[in-house]
Amino acid sequence: MLITQLKAQETLASLVDGKKVFVINCHGCKEVSFPEKEAAELQKEWAAAGKVTGVITTDYICNPDNMKLRLEKHMSEIEAADMVLVFSCGVGVQTVAEYLEDKMVCAGCDTYPLPGYQGVTPLEYDCDQCGECYLNLTGGICPITACSKSLVNGQCGGSKNGRCEVDSDMECGWERIYRRLAQLGRLDALKCPTQVRNFATDDEVSK
Amino acid sequence: MRITEAFERGEFVVTAEVGPPKGFHIDHMLEEAKTYLSDITAVNVTDNQSSVMRLGSLATCKALKDEGLTPIYQLTCRDRNRIALQSDLLSAAMFGIENLLLLTGDHTKLGDHPQAKPVFDLDSVSLIHTVKRLEEGFDLGGNELVGEPPKFAKGAVVSPCSDSIDAQLAKMERKVAAGCDYFQTQAVYEPEKFIQFMEKAKQFGKPVQLGIVIPKSVGMCRYMNANVAGIHIPEEMIDELKADKEKTKAGITGVEIAARIIKECKPYCQGVHIMALGWESKVPALLKEAGL
Repeated sequence: MLITQLKAQETLASLVDGKKVFVINCHGCKEVSFPEKEAAELQKEWAAAGKVTGVITTDYICNPDNMKLRLEKHMSEIEAADMVLVFSCGVGVQTVAEYLEDKMVCAGCDTYPLPGYQGVTPLEYDCDQCGECYLNLTGGICPITACSKSLVNGQCGGSKNGRCEVDSDMECGWERIYRRLAQLGRLDALKCPTQVRNFATDDEVSK
Repeated sequence: MRITEAFERGEFVVTAEVGPPKGFHIDHMLEEAKTYLSDITAVNVTDNQSSVMRLGSLATCKALKDEGLTPIYQLTCRDRNRIALQSDLLSAAMFGIENLLLLTGDHTKLGDHPQAKPVFDLDSVSLIHTVKRLEEGFDLGGNELVGEPPKFAKGAVVSPCSDSIDAQLAKMERKVAAGCDYFQTQAVYEPEKFIQFMEKAKQFGKPVQLGIVIPKSVGMCRYMNANVAGIHIPEEMIDELKADKEKTKAGITGVEIAARIIKECKPYCQGVHIMALGWESKVPALLKEAGL
């Protein structure tokens, strides 16, 4: 099972600062515990401040066919937003980011593991439930699962012809991230402070 | 001596690399280093290069230092977590080893223990950041060090002829932001690409040493072209090695090619780093041929 937890208030506030936001809530599969109330309260505040162009609340956002059907009805609201903010597990965010390739797609939650069945994970997207989601720094492509070394500060010197040194069938995750950020005009995201991973996050949840 | 002092004096800094053996007898390696590498600024010692288990880099650095050479301690994030890395950095400081080359490291799957757990608790950028913290008197957990903090020359690598050069430059910028003092590059065989790279890299204001691997044979070139990231050896260069087999075998052609690359790139960089891969004995001839 998984738990999704809202990112810290300050983190979310600076993420949406000065931006119009389209919100997607995924109440998930039965395996995900989602902070419905807190998310709704926060979004109500943002809506009152005129920041929200639209909201979808759905389940199984990680199913691409389902997601496309839902999103198609809201494309004008999505286009009016500077950012799509997805409140779901990491798989949901990545699925939306891949589909809305010209839009900045960010995560409103961090995803933590719980013992038990891991839910419905379709296709090639994977969430490692690391508890400190990096998707907001990488254009919605996960460096933990898309990079063989799970590097969080950029590409190593091991990619050849765009392929990973470990597995030539795998595209270099950081090349994908660089390309996506360039497409979004958000290469400035690479200038963020040095990231040091915190492997203690899941302990904190269980406390 | 810290290698940064040589850069500050405006020297064109020459370093070379030695790889520790798979075993603990290093008399031969030390003898070679003393004979062929004692006139250069410093000697890198690789850290289980290519993920192949060997004698440790730190111990070898200490042995080189005892012989009067200036070692550069290569440290990768593949085999140790942040506790072990910081501990080894303090050990290096205790031995008076002042030069570091900080790397992410090849993946374990590429080496001779593919079953090993790859660590990568830190990466090259966060390792540079960690060294900077130690220099400020604190460990990565925020705890104060006892006594005067260590001081290192913090080096890192960049791959100037990579096919994803923009992503490489972005990473280089992050290394500079984290506190990197100087760079050594992946082996260069395309001077024009290196020069273009330096045009962009000079904005960071950090010294860059051109990476050189002496081409030994046609087979080695073909292997590197197929398998080694960031390296492309042009066909004309491979043809040069084909032309006179005896001359190539004697190392003369390879030295000529490498010297030519150094001469062409020298005006654009601040030094050269030679990865001799067993051909340490050719280093003096190469430096002479390159006019260094």
